[in-house]
Amino acid sequence: MHLLDMTAAELAEALAAKTVSAVELTRACLERIAAVEPKVHAFITVCAEEAFKQAADIDRRRLRGEPLPPLAGIPVAVKDNICTAGIRTSCASRMLQDFVPPYDATVVMRLKQAGAVVVGKTNMDEFAMGSTTEYSFFGPTRNPWRHEYVPGGSSGGSAAALAARAVPLALGSDTGGSVRLPAAFCGVMGLKPTYGRVSRYGLVAFASSLEQIGPMARSVRDLALLYDAIGGWDDYDQTTLPAEFIPTLPGLNKEIKGLRVGVPAEYFGPGLESAVREKVRSRLKVLQDLGLIVEEISLPTTEYAVAAYYVIAMAEASSNLARYDGVRYGHRAAGRDILAMFTRTRQEGFGPEVKRRIMIGTYVLSAGYYDEYYRKAQEVRTLIRRELEAAFTRCDLLLTPTAPVLPWMMGEKQRDPLTMYLADCCTVPANLAGLPGLSLPCGFVDGLPVGMQLLGPALSEPLLLRVAYHYEQAAASCHATPPEGGGAGGI
Amino acid sequence: MLTQEEVRQVARLARLELTSEEEQLFTGQIATIVTYMGKLQELSTGDVFPTSHVLPLQNVFREDLVQTSLTQEAALANAPDREGPFFKVPPVLEDPA
Repeated sequence: MHLLDMTAAELAEALAAKTVSAVELTRACLERIAAVEPKVHAFITVCAEEAFKQAADIDRRRLRGEPLPPLAGIPVAVKDNICTAGIRTSCASRMLQDFVPPYDATVVMRLKQAGAVVVGKTNMDEFAMGSTTEYSFFGPTRNPWRHEYVPGGSSGGSAAALAARAVPLALGSDTGGSVRLPAAFCGVMGLKPTYGRVSRYGLVAFASSLEQIGPMARSVRDLALLYDAIGGWDDYDQTTLPAEFIPTLPGLNKEIKGLRVGVPAEYFGPGLESAVREKVRSRLKVLQDLGLIVEEISLPTTEYAVAAYYVIAMAEASSNLARYDGVRYGHRAAGRDILAMFTRTRQEGFGPEVKRRIMIGTYVLSAGYYDEYYRKAQEVRTLIRRELEAAFTRCDLLLTPTAPVLPWMMGEKQRDPLTMYLADCCTVPANLAGLPGLSLPCGFVDGLPVGMQLLGPALSEPLLLRVAYHYEQAAASCHATPPEGGGAGGI
Repeated sequence: MLTQEEVRQVARLARLELTSEEEQLFTGQIATIVTYMGKLQELSTGDVFPTSHVLPLQNVFREDLVQTSLTQEAALANAPDREGPFFKVPPVLEDPA
């Protein structure tokens, strides 16, 4: 078995048994990245020098017999909107093309404390705005399963790097599905935690009331390992939840018999591709065989989630991105006076989707439209939240598709942003309500991965991961490898 | 329906300079998206309280302790232009001369 086909948990054992060193593993990882990058383009920056330094340090500590943390020597990829001290963090934008953060995001600091080796920064839609990773200033990422298809977004680089066996672990961020959608499209796993469970300190802000950093991996055990390493209260983020963080890994094996799983009809409505519907519904049998009780339910306000989400996300984006003014960091264009400098800097620095969202966000917040759009969206957010909370008094978790459609061809939805937004219909409710959601592979249609989503009440990550773990043991489809060939040319 | 003039006005508010092609493209696209958002009006929300944040947190306090923070050099390291310890920008007010 090739080193990089192994899970992080398996690699941790190999490292502990000294059958491989952290430096050797890092080298294998970088070689694999170099081999797949020309076809997949999952990375914006590869940081070989820093990675070897970290790996050598781990090896030295292991030789000295020091007790090592759980991820010691494990390579991890980090989405390029998460700040890494001394390593460029571009957000896939011309605006931050040369931005080198002077500090680490809390999650990066925690990864380092856990011994993980950051090997690179992954590609994404500019400022995490998009569902395809085509809106990157550095060019698109391709789906490792079929290269002419999108990998999903906005954490498409992280998902593609995992699918291409370039890394065993990756971090993404999820504002409206940006961890879960690419996980589904690339046949890997991704968790969006409960809002406030993972620190956002050092995550470049897009829509602050919606987003969370989330772990991505190819096995549930790995997902739990990574989640346990990054979660919990942070002094630097006052929106983290003070509730005690209970590690999820030790409980994966616990019994799940008798749990009630709700299947909301609205997530299986007319907008859903029939092949996806069949694939996801066929998994209900697996869950029933595991002893779960399946119950059909209805969540009627679901159909308003995309509209409410985009109003709120764009409004918050227009405000958050006001900071890019060419003064303190980032791109600056020449200008005769300060106003000319501001407007030209933003004209040159932002790509089309970011501009579109700033424009719409500014519009829905402007005098005369605020009540009609922004306030209304916030009220609908309350309804969606209440409806989900009510569902969780009857069900322990919900099962839905992760996306209503299969991955689409590159370029297909670029002229029509609204169609792209509608692909987020299954993922945005969790962000609006602040609830955790986990995407799992559930098979293939025409060589393209399909994902299913588990949703749970606030702080139910241990439960979601446990159900996912049992499902993974029962379903072979969880660990398929992309064909050498990637449909079009091989990974 | 959204007009190109409105799009220009919003761009001014957002401090964006758009090319005329962008103005045209965005006018159609933004109109489509905003029309879709109008769907929210179908729902009666009456006296429903708006959610701006899902957290049960109000004010979060901490001890006012002195901690290390970024040095001035680190904070200025990414500045597009600087003069000594300052960020330097083009003129904000016209030169009266």
